[in-house]
Order: sequence, then C-alpha cells, then structure tokens
Amino acid sequence: MSLDKATVAKIAHLARIRVAEEEQESLAGELSQLLDWVEQLGEVDTEGVAPMTSVVAATLRRRPDAVTDGGHPEKIVANAPDAAEHFFAVPKVVE
Amino acid sequence: MTSLTHLSMAEALEGLKARRFSSVELTEAHIRAVEAARPLNAFIKETPELALEQAKAADARYARGEQRPMDGLPLGIKDLFCTEGVQTTAASRILEGFVPPYESTVTANLFRDGAVMLGKLNLDEFAMGSANITSAYGPVVSPWSKGRKVQKDTAEGGVLSELTAAFRQPAPVTEWEFERKLVPGGSSGGSAAAVAARLCLGATATDTGGSIRQPASFVGVVGIKPTYGRCSRWGIVAFASSLDQAGPMTRTVRDAAIMLRSMSGFDPKDSTSIDVPVPDFAAAMTGDVRGLRVGIPREYRVDGMPAEIDRVWTQGIEWLRAAGAVPVEISLPHTKYALPTYYVVAPAEASSNLARYDGVRFGLRVEGKDLKEMYENTRAAGFGKEVRRRIMIGTYVLSAGYYDAYYLKAQKVRTRIAEDFTKAYEQCDVILTPTAPSTAFAIGEKMDDPIAMYLNDVFTVPANLAGLPGISVPAGLASDGLPLGLQLLGRPFDEETLFRAAGVLEQAAGPQPLPPFLG
Repeated sequence: MSLDKATVAKIAHLARIRVAEEEQESLAGELSQLLDWVEQLGEVDTEGVAPMTSVVAATLRRRPDAVTDGGHPEKIVANAPDAAEHFFAVPKVVE
Repeated sequence: MTSLTHLSMAEALEGLKARRFSSVELTEAHIRAVEAARPLNAFIKETPELALEQAKAADARYARGEQRPMDGLPLGIKDLFCTEGVQTTAASRILEGFVPPYESTVTANLFRDGAVMLGKLNLDEFAMGSANITSAYGPVVSPWSKGRKVQKDTAEGGVLSELTAAFRQPAPVTEWEFERKLVPGGSSGGSAAAVAARLCLGATATDTGGSIRQPASFVGVVGIKPTYGRCSRWGIVAFASSLDQAGPMTRTVRDAAIMLRSMSGFDPKDSTSIDVPVPDFAAAMTGDVRGLRVGIPREYRVDGMPAEIDRVWTQGIEWLRAAGAVPVEISLPHTKYALPTYYVVAPAEASSNLARYDGVRFGLRVEGKDLKEMYENTRAAGFGKEVRRRIMIGTYVLSAGYYDAYYLKAQKVRTRIAEDFTKAYEQCDVILTPTAPSTAFAIGEKMDDPIAMYLNDVFTVPANLAGLPGISVPAGLASDGLPLGLQLLGRPFDEETLFRAAGVLEQAAGPQPLPPFLG
C-alpha cells in the first residue's frame, strides 16, 4: 500500500494534526513502509476466526445507575488552558 | 550511608522493622543518590519534600508498632501514573504543567501500603518507544554507559545565574562525561535506569508491548507485567487500553513479588479490572520447580539473532533443568505475526485514546483562527514525531474503507496468537524465552528506521496481545559487558508459578554486577 500526499493530508485532517505541506512527502513514505510491513497479516488464514474483543474471558460488569462522585467543578476546570467560571472556554464555533 | 541505597526492599523492610535505620534516613540516602544521578535524566520531577513527609509518617507508624506491607520504602513513579497534586506529563509537551486532581489506583494502593515517592520518572512520550528517546524531556542515559565523573564549578555568580538558580532545582555538583550514551530501553527507561542505578528501591512501570520487560533486560533488573486486569488502569495515562498493564521494576524477584502484591487488586473504576484474590506472591517462591514443564518455543529462534542471545537462553534452560524442571519443545506458530498485529492494534487504540488532547480541558493550547485550527495547531505542537506517526497510522487503519482490511484482520490474527498460547499450555506450565533480541544500543542508533526499533519487542509483544503475565530476570552479562534478561511467560493469573520459576533462575544466575555508573 503506497500512500500519496493527498491521503496523508486527509489522515492528518481526520487526526486533527496540522502537517506542513513540505512534511507530507516524507510522512507518506514512512507510513507506506509501515503499511507494507503489516500487509503480511494477509498470509494468515483467519477464515471463521472471531476478532478478539477482550483478552480475558470476562463479561462487563453492571453497576447500579447511581451518582457516586461529583460536586467539584473547580477541580474539573483547574487544568483548563482557558476557563470562565466553571466552563471550558473555546474559540467561537457558531456565527 | 550510601549502603542504604543498595538494600533490597525485603532487606530494607527488615531493617526498618528492627529500627536499625529510619525511613527518613533511608529516604534521605535515596534523595542524595537521585541528585547525584541527574546526568542520567531518569526523573522528570523530583519530589524530595513529599518523600520526606511520607517517610516521617512511616517512621511514626513504626514507632507505634504498626507496619504496612511497603512502609517507608522509597520508590520512583513512572510519569504515566496520575499523582494528585504532582505534575504528570506522560513525557509529552501536550501535558506540560498538568497537575492531576486525583490519584491513580495503583499509586493510591502503594501509598496505602506505606510507600514513599521520590519523584516522577522519565519515559518515552506516551510510553511509545523502546529506547526512551522519544521523551519531550530528553533521553534517559543507561547507568551501564561507561563514563567518568567531572567536577563542575557551579558558582558562576551574576544576576543571570541567581535568576536561573531561583527558578530551577539546584545544579548537580558532579557531571558525567559518557564515552557512549547507551539507552536504558523503553518505554519505562526512567524506571529501569533509576532502579539499576540505586536511585530507588523499586519503580512503577507499564507494559503495552514490552515496556517493563525489555528495559529490565537492558539494565539488568527484574520487571514483571502481570496478567491483563490484575492491576487497575484507572489514572494511568492511556496508550492502548486492551494491552496496557502496570507492573513493578525491582532488583530482586522477591521485591517484585512484594511490590506487585501492593499494586494489584480489583478496582470498580476500571471496567477491565478482574475481581480475583491477590495471592501472597512472595510466598509462592518455594525454590521448588521439580517436575515443572518449561515450554521452549521453537519460533523464538529468529533469523539474525545474535549467538549471545541463544547462549543465554540455552543457559536458562540448563539452570531450570538442573533444578528439576522439564524442558518441553513447543510451537507458537503465529509468533512472526505478533509485531505487525501489534502495530495495527496499538496505534488504532492510541489514535482513539489520544483524541482527548485537544487543547480544551487540560494541557497545551495553541490558538488558531477557529476551533478546528486550534485543535490542529495544538496537536501539531504538542505531539512528538513517534506519537504523531502512530496516531496517523491508527487513524488510517480505522478509517472508512480500511477498517476491515487492517483493524479487523489484525484482531482476528490476535485471536490466533492467543490460541497458540492456549494450546501450548496444554503441554507446559511456563514458557522460557529471551527477553529482547539484543543488549542495549547507543542513543541515536536505530532512530531512522521505525521497524528496526519495533523489532526490540519481538519476544515481549505476544504476551500483551494474549493478556498473559511475563517476567524478565537478569541472566548475567553478554560478551559486550551489558546485561541480558530471560523472560518467563505464564498462564493467565498464574503469576505465582512465574515467581517460583523466576526465583530459581535468579538463584542460578547468582549476584549481578553493578553498572559502571556506580563504579
């Protein structure tokens, strides 16, 4: 699998990481090399094999639908780069 | 009392109990060792005041006749564990200045049992790496690097130096000139270097594809990744949630048993934590492996493996045989597919886990003209190259049109790999392999070729994919004078057999030489 610059730009957009135009070419090479290497998984016969969903044989536990924690908004926003009162502040998203 | 830093945990506990020394004395000795070892760059943040406070509390308990399982033992904590009120960075620029308002379950368990925290240890950024060279705080230098002490005059004077002194921790009194800086392995490179250099009695670490066991092998210490679900992942910065497990790094097998017992336990806050009793792992170290069936997987003799690795492996087989164990040849036919499987599954999970770093709730923010540009600028500036590479691979294999071909296929191969182990354990009780395919290499090597770097984990990754426990035990030095480890893999939740067999290997290997940094 060989990725082109346009695909790299698309992945970067999906991942929300700005990648400078001049870096796209080399990144396309690196990512293509990795994808070529994982292509060997195609050799394995996985007909009728269920994809792994959990490494331990355990079913997810249930718990009572009850509030067990909360009431400390100041701790929640303490690390925010920008906060107003008890809200996270972000650039304007609605015109 | 430098000798205090050379004690094992078990010895230190005895000494504390007998009141031969106090936890404050033990902790002060380690704080001095940490200061003198700054050239190794093992710590991202030192917390000496907190350590002394905790040590005083431990001493007060001893004075009252109480003793907790790890009371007064100074530890290092990998900077991937959230520690309440103490900066936690995952060695990433994107988390710089992040001060968790909560404590990870594993560190809370250790503090409940009386442990003392000396500081937060360096690691590969988000635990992604095998050499501790991707940290935003610079690489960790292995204490096995040869070098010499150089006295530096720090009294330069002037306003500028006074200013820097006011904002920085005290400058080191001695510096090191290294001939060749070796890597300590990764991602738990700070943990490995700190334990090997006697900066702490033990350290927490995490293992997603070998990040406890491979560095343990590189620096000649013990490291165990327990069964998936044994230690709670709550409060550990997530990399790949279906593979991440916490575990201890220590200098003896018994210490690993003591520390793992404290770290383990069911936690309702982690939905994958398993509700099973935590055994007294140290009590399992009976020294008796008579009749134990030790699987030797033929697929682990990989092409181009140095003869030295094969020699140590054969030696390990002979040690166990001499103690009465029975080596059995086994087959794990899908071994060669473990690494490519891992490099689909782990990046996929990482791309999802790391989506939370968006400049809104914590960490770095780089402004942009709108919200989307703010996300993109923040993530471009905050993530290093290796992390970016893995997020992008993960994003690609999960994207529409490629999900089945890459991610689903890899999860099917993963089932095959787990089945290999289930079948193998019909014929054997533990599996013995080399831990890593080489000894430590120098900082700067293997950096241009990601796949060459990934091959470091060829023997350790399968246990993560199958959720199995694995321990690395020092097995002496290779001809290049550097440590090599042997790995034992066990059945799910059978760490006891691992400790039993590991104790026998440790005994047979005998006392291990000190790293040159301590020479």
